[in-house]
Amino acid sequence: MNTMTAVNTESSISIRDLTLNFGAVQVLKRMDLEVAPGEFIVLLGPSGCGKSTLLNCIAGLLDITDGQIWIKGKNVTWAEPSERGIGMVFQSYALYPQMTVRGNMSFGLKNQKMPQAEIDARVARAAEILQIQPLLDRKPGALSGGQRQRVAIGRALVRDVDVFLFDEPLSNLDAKLRSELRVEIKRLHNKLNNTMVYVTHDQIEALTLADRIAVMRGGVIQQLDEPQTIYNRPANLFVAGFIGSPSMNFIHGAVKGGKFYAEGIVVDLAGYEGGALIDRPKAILGLRPEHLTVTNTAVAGKTIAATVEIDENLGADSLLWLKAGDNQISVRIPVEDRLNAGTSVHLEVDMSKASIFDAETEARV
Amino acid sequence: MADATANTPAVGIGPGPRGAKPRNAFAPRNIMLYGTLIIVAIYYALPLYVMIVTSLKGMPEIRMGNIFAPPLEVTFEPWVKAWSTACTGINCDGLSRGFWNSVWILVPSVVVSITIASVTGYALANWKFKGSEFFFAVLLIGAFIPYQVMLYPIVLVLKNLGDGISFFTVALGLGKVQVYGTLWGLVIVHTIFGMPILTLLFRNYFASLPEELFKAGRVDGAGFWGIFFRIMLPMSLPIFVVAMILQVTGIWNDFLFGVIYTKPEIYPMTVQLNNIVNSVQGIKEYNVNMAATLLTGLVPLIVYFVSGKLFVRGIAAGAVKG
Ligand SMILES: Nc1ncnc2c1ncn2[C@@H]1O[C@H](COP(=O)(O)OP(=O)(O)O)[C@@H](O)[C@H]1O
Ligand SMILES: [Mg+2]
Repeated sequence: MNTMTAVNTESSISIRDLTLNFGAVQVLKRMDLEVAPGEFIVLLGPSGCGKSTLLNCIAGLLDITDGQIWIKGKNVTWAEPSERGIGMVFQSYALYPQMTVRGNMSFGLKNQKMPQAEIDARVARAAEILQIQPLLDRKPGALSGGQRQRVAIGRALVRDVDVFLFDEPLSNLDAKLRSELRVEIKRLHNKLNNTMVYVTHDQIEALTLADRIAVMRGGVIQQLDEPQTIYNRPANLFVAGFIGSPSMNFIHGAVKGGKFYAEGIVVDLAGYEGGALIDRPKAILGLRPEHLTVTNTAVAGKTIAATVEIDENLGADSLLWLKAGDNQISVRIPVEDRLNAGTSVHLEVDMSKASIFDAETEARV
Repeated sequence: MADATANTPAVGIGPGPRGAKPRNAFAPRNIMLYGTLIIVAIYYALPLYVMIVTSLKGMPEIRMGNIFAPPLEVTFEPWVKAWSTACTGINCDGLSRGFWNSVWILVPSVVVSITIASVTGYALANWKFKGSEFFFAVLLIGAFIPYQVMLYPIVLVLKNLGDGISFFTVALGLGKVQVYGTLWGLVIVHTIFGMPILTLLFRNYFASLPEELFKAGRVDGAGFWGIFFRIMLPMSLPIFVVAMILQVTGIWNDFLFGVIYTKPEIYPMTVQLNNIVNSVQGIKEYNVNMAATLLTGLVPLIVYFVSGKLFVRGIAAGAVKG
């Protein structure tokens, strides 16, 4: 491929035709990925899809089977992890238990034979940014989970590198700490403005942190886009189902003459934002719970008739589970609009936010 | 809840059982359990008791008969004799000679075998190379081959090794070198035979440490030895204690290799104990024999007492992951 030979000097990280096998199993399949300098990329996908593997390949902790990895315009495919100009933060913190916080943070710098004065200066600066100065002389065993992860971030910070790699750094923390540290990582990125590649299976983390999200499945990037695009215009059925909680409603039917037909449902597709709506005998209409509104009046081609089954109070809002023919549909409504089970209602469809998928290829139309 | 009294029960406590359930100390289950434990404890402790009291009696008292009776007159004479004057064939300097021989065999064997095995186990756990699994499998098979089949081949190996080294030392004018029949030959044998089980032990232990620590070390620019010494070793005290206990007791208690691969002047303590106890000349001095046996068993015993807690912890840690 001749596009590969042109070195993209603008990219901070450039993955080219990367393949990785574990024995006979191909975990990463001919992957290409360009990360711009200062960009926050989140690798999102279900467990086992190869996110950590990709991150370890970038870090140089795994020998790749084929392809190239470039960091800051240099081919680092065969370089040692420490020579790649990266810092890495792990899920289990991976702090050296017998060293103090200070020792943990300066270990890498000592290995570089950096002068002690410079080491001290860098540790002090990182400790100040992360607010861990009082912890410097403690051992990791005497720290809480949140403090440990701060120290682990500090250990990457002192390396003064352009690329940060995070492997599910918040997964071991409880919900409250997780959101605190999430904000802190975002703040850190705004301050340092270096490239970050962040692995997670948590879509909230992905949506809140990322400049662009790479949704992965089975070692293949399904979609690489800004969070809003991923959310509103998922490239395929997998991405649509993986992002969003509760999941997008899928209605199986057919597209014919600019209308969507399913059992007891006819919806006019005018206003759909996507490709041309040619007739398809098998199609799937995807509607997010928050893009449906409950009304009392039926409008032909605009509403779906449904019966309320369950009303779940989520505190901030309420989740309505309804039945429309064979289809189970969930709708997000304000709490004060709660409805009793058995009520018959009509759901108004916002076609500009809907997605239509080809049932064969599973791709968005 | 706005009402502060909402948590206090309105009715108070009702009739019937309350609090901890009473337990019957003499339940059949307890009698079975403690009965079995006591019997087993006696089974193990009684021989030790007999040995200790016998070793503290004089011969006349022993001839009087009751082996369970405590000594009427405590004497340390048998211990002194066993240590310094009991005869084994030509030598009459007791077990002391064997003790020091065993020490000189033990120390290098333990140090060399543990050093090699820990590095090998670390490499097998963390630095997977092409064929590392195969190499590990071969090593495991080694642990299951009965070592009796290797006794004679090793005699030949040690002899030839000596000849091979002599080829160079003679050329350098340093004279001939023997390996077979020397202390160093035995050290080599102990090191090799300790390798499979020790490597397995260390490999499993290092494999049970979080892999991300190793990765963090590599990102921090530490190499093979840097990670080993700075990250892995400081976390490995328990497994080193286990390995040390295994090797110290195994090598100290070894009899067969000692007889086969050394000669009388450098026989280890166990062989010398056997020679004292089975000496055919004169009358059987039970008290000296008992004292000699206790003396020989003292080293492993002390090692267990000193490091028992660490031993258990290390065994548990090493057994977690295969
Ligand atoms: N060292 C390994 N040997 C063999 N298979 C592995 C190894 N590490 C990971 N895998 C497999 O590769 C796939 C991707 O793993 P991983 O990248 O850890 O997934 P995740 O997206 O959850 O981080 C999984 O199916 C996993 O079983
Ligand atoms: Mg992972």
